[in-house]
Amino acid sequence: MSPVSYLEDGTTVRSWLLSTDHKRIAILYMVSITLFFLVGGAAATLIRLELATPQPDLVSADTYNKLFSLHGVVMVWFFLIPSIPTVIGNFVLPLMLGARDLAFPRLNLFSWYLYLVGGLFTGVMMIKGGVDTGWTFYTPFSSMFSNTHVVLTVVGVFIVGFSSILTGLNFIVTTHKLRAPGLTWSRLPLFVWSLYATSVIMLLATPVLAMTLILLAVERIFRVGIFDPGLGGDPLLFQHLFWFYSHPAVYIMILPGMGVVSELIGCFSRKRVYGYKFVAGSSLAIAFFGFLVWGHHMFVAGQSVYAGLVFAFLSYMVAVPSAVKVFNWTATLRQGSIHLDTPMLYALGFIGLFTMGGLTGLFLAALAIDVHVHDTYFVISHFHYIMVGGMVSAYLGGIHYWWPKMSGRMYPELLGKLSALTLFIGFNLTFFPQYLLGFLGMPRRYHVYPPEFQVLNVLSTAGASILAVGYLLPLFYLLWSLRYGKRAPENPWHATGLEWQTPSPPPTDNFETVPIVTQEAYAYPVEEPHA
Amino acid sequence: MSDVLGFPLAPEQASGIAPQVDLLFWCLTGLSAAMTVGIACAIVIFVVKYHHTSKADRRRRSTGNWLIEFGWILIPLGLFLGFFLWGSRLYVHEASPPRGATEIFVVGKQWMWKIEHPSGRREINELHVPVGKPVVLSMISQDVIHDVYVPAFRIHHDVLPGRYMREWFTVTRPGRYHLFCSQYCGTQHAGMVGWVVAMPPAEFEAWLGTGNAQPSMLQAGATSFRELGCTGCHMGASSVRAPRLEGLYGRPVPLQGGGFAIADDQYLHDSILLPKKQIVAGYQPVMPSYQGQIDESQVLELVAYLRSLGSERSMP
Amino acid sequence: MPDLAHQFQDLEQQRTADTLGMWAFLATEMMLFGAMFLGYTVYRWHYPRAFYLGAQRTDMVLGSLNTALLLTSSLSMALGVHFQRARHFGRVALCLGVTALLGAGFLALKLLEYWHHYQEGLAPGLNFHFPGPEASQVALFFVFYFVMTGLHAVHMTIGLGLVGFQTARAYRAESRLMPVTLTGLYWHFVDVIWVFLYPLFYLGGRS
Repeated sequence: MSPVSYLEDGTTVRSWLLSTDHKRIAILYMVSITLFFLVGGAAATLIRLELATPQPDLVSADTYNKLFSLHGVVMVWFFLIPSIPTVIGNFVLPLMLGARDLAFPRLNLFSWYLYLVGGLFTGVMMIKGGVDTGWTFYTPFSSMFSNTHVVLTVVGVFIVGFSSILTGLNFIVTTHKLRAPGLTWSRLPLFVWSLYATSVIMLLATPVLAMTLILLAVERIFRVGIFDPGLGGDPLLFQHLFWFYSHPAVYIMILPGMGVVSELIGCFSRKRVYGYKFVAGSSLAIAFFGFLVWGHHMFVAGQSVYAGLVFAFLSYMVAVPSAVKVFNWTATLRQGSIHLDTPMLYALGFIGLFTMGGLTGLFLAALAIDVHVHDTYFVISHFHYIMVGGMVSAYLGGIHYWWPKMSGRMYPELLGKLSALTLFIGFNLTFFPQYLLGFLGMPRRYHVYPPEFQVLNVLSTAGASILAVGYLLPLFYLLWSLRYGKRAPENPWHATGLEWQTPSPPPTDNFETVPIVTQEAYAYPVEEPHA
Repeated sequence: MSDVLGFPLAPEQASGIAPQVDLLFWCLTGLSAAMTVGIACAIVIFVVKYHHTSKADRRRRSTGNWLIEFGWILIPLGLFLGFFLWGSRLYVHEASPPRGATEIFVVGKQWMWKIEHPSGRREINELHVPVGKPVVLSMISQDVIHDVYVPAFRIHHDVLPGRYMREWFTVTRPGRYHLFCSQYCGTQHAGMVGWVVAMPPAEFEAWLGTGNAQPSMLQAGATSFRELGCTGCHMGASSVRAPRLEGLYGRPVPLQGGGFAIADDQYLHDSILLPKKQIVAGYQPVMPSYQGQIDESQVLELVAYLRSLGSERSMP
Repeated sequence: MPDLAHQFQDLEQQRTADTLGMWAFLATEMMLFGAMFLGYTVYRWHYPRAFYLGAQRTDMVLGSLNTALLLTSSLSMALGVHFQRARHFGRVALCLGVTALLGAGFLALKLLEYWHHYQEGLAPGLNFHFPGPEASQVALFFVFYFVMTGLHAVHMTIGLGLVGFQTARAYRAESRLMPVTLTGLYWHFVDVIWVFLYPLFYLGGRS
């Protein structure tokens, strides 16, 4: 007799809201970040519609500024940063480790409530009229000049930051202490490695942001000069502190995506990931160098030329481990036995888009080019290729991959493939024109622009509508599959990994007996070809 | 090409540095395109060749090779270092204005650019410059952070409150070029735009002479100096209470509590607006702050005047 | 084993996980205070004289007294952990109770100090008046003073709650080694932060 699955272990609202089961908390996160994704996406839609013409005809300047600020704040802190760690990580990390739960289950639930409280502040901020500082809150504009709800916003971000810190702490301790017998570090799935590197960044960088935001709020409330030069403060100090967090934060966003892709590439090539140690090590290298490159956001901000040179050099250093990952993923395909299921399509799309996003990072680190394209659409396109093209592709790939495990149902494969394809095409149509716009010199955060930029903007807006379909499609068919999807077997992908050695969906305690690991990750036998 | 597409593929090149930046840009584009296409081809080939339905030989499959790994660590590293050095050389060049460049003063405020030429000619949201001569912009903000961006010149620099920032360029072609504020500065950020008008030097000189007759920056500064009562303490017999300002510019100033400061633009600016920041040794900190009473344009004029006092004295 | 949470295999695993968790938490706390120390350093380097003048206006007597209170409380905390090992619940309760009292004393004195500063017109943003030229820079000193000691006081308050809770448990002879040790770790950390704050804000003006 098999034990009752985590989905059936209590059906009341209370049994969900007070659950300390990592799998249920993952579902709670999934629902909440999806809601925020829709909010951020709605803002993006309005932005793209406004930019279809050079004139301000849809929204006013003020509304436009609030829209892109909302889009940035919501997408960065309420979607991208929590996305893979709190949903997929929460769900599969203990399963991959052969553990019954995270090390601190109640803390995990507390993190989710912190996220909700932070979200509440953001919601109130939205209802009361929004914020117009951009997600970067540059001083002294944010502290002394803006007339919008800056304090509410930063308090929301401050709180959600602690949610992120506690999640990181939980993952670190879990990875260290709750590995199943025989699961040595060199046998860990690569997703665990990347989550570990991510968690270290969450733990060490987020508190700096928290403190910076406190100082910003103090300056704004008490009108004292911490960052305002008129009162003896230093506006560049804010930028240093802000980017000390916010640059590593982009690695919080992308590293888990890289981990998911490593899993997908391994599984759907039925082959051990090429250069396992280098792929694992590159995650740690990215986390380490990620702490040393914040100044590349400030090449034209007034820091010294020498600082610019050092930060540019270090930025090239952080590019190397990213390149190493791409090469190793590609090499994994060689002599594999490739299955083009939906998750694999997402993973291959990720490699393409991440490569383009990463390579344009080289442009931005080549100082003189940054002097030209800084704060233009080139930068916008660069980080959307990484964050949306890369990270969201990985997230959706991961969701499809683990969906049978999470829900116990299979999604419709054909629609899955269609969505992966739509996303890839729509994404490139939306954002490739923005590289050109940036090179031509269109500054970011402009709601009106010179007419010669219109053709490219229209292309981008057209692409965005395809992209929107690509996002809505999975939302509908995944929900549909919850009721009508085929029942999922224990291991639909014939994957290795402990999470596939327990029923779909898993029982509350994950494993009936503690698994014992005797071999490395991705120990796929050579598969005989079959039609 | 661009006529067919209906939009240009590259911005105009109108400054000395622009072709050099573009060369770097296109080389990096070449490298990136090669890598992207290479990886895409590899993926497609592998996916086709090793699709699970294919009978390709998989018996000697490899899951890692240290030599290959170090190869694709070191080769990109070398390439990256090359681009780093190339970009750095241009960056250092961009950060070093040549001596004798034509100086033009820029004050950014929400949401307009105020420009002042040493001759006293003032303009708003338009910047007239001579072609063929290096021009250096001395920039400061009245309120929040702005940024002077001229895509056709490939230059970009933030304009901070309370700090003089400089950026320079040599225009190579007469014309009208976009001037953007590219650091988000509030509601009308997108309206903080204007034009750079580049004209041949002779025309530029003629243009400087047109418009309403206005006192030069130096004269305006001298007037402010008297009207604000600076002379009361800093000039003539009363100078016991305050340091004399003749011959000051560019010299080291001994500070109370030890150390020296060079009396440059920034020092003079801070001494007017934040007089307590650095006290000259041997004086009482009695000077009132002029913060809020005069704007950055007036400070620039005062600094221009103080500079002239400095050069008068420093002549042998 | 009633004390073993279901996600752990054995008590040893649970103990090391709890300890690692607390250390990781302290690492994040280090970065929280670290950002403030960095800010303080930057501005002290910009405005050495103002920071010197500012530090002369803090209350040396109360500050030193508070340092003594905290250091003593750390001693009693350490003794509490020591007695917990031997499960001498009465002594544990006594030591932790003393720790809590000293901590509460610290907070009371700190509030008194804040009140004095407020009366003297040294609260930036509320009523700051400073004679002499460097007023706005001295104000910056006091911003850092209030934010950093305030953040420390918030941590003290949380610590006080934890110690109070453990005292009550020890009084009922229910306290266990792991929670007491971790509470101690946290208490010592907050104490160490103060050891850095004290020279920055009190001794700096009197060298």
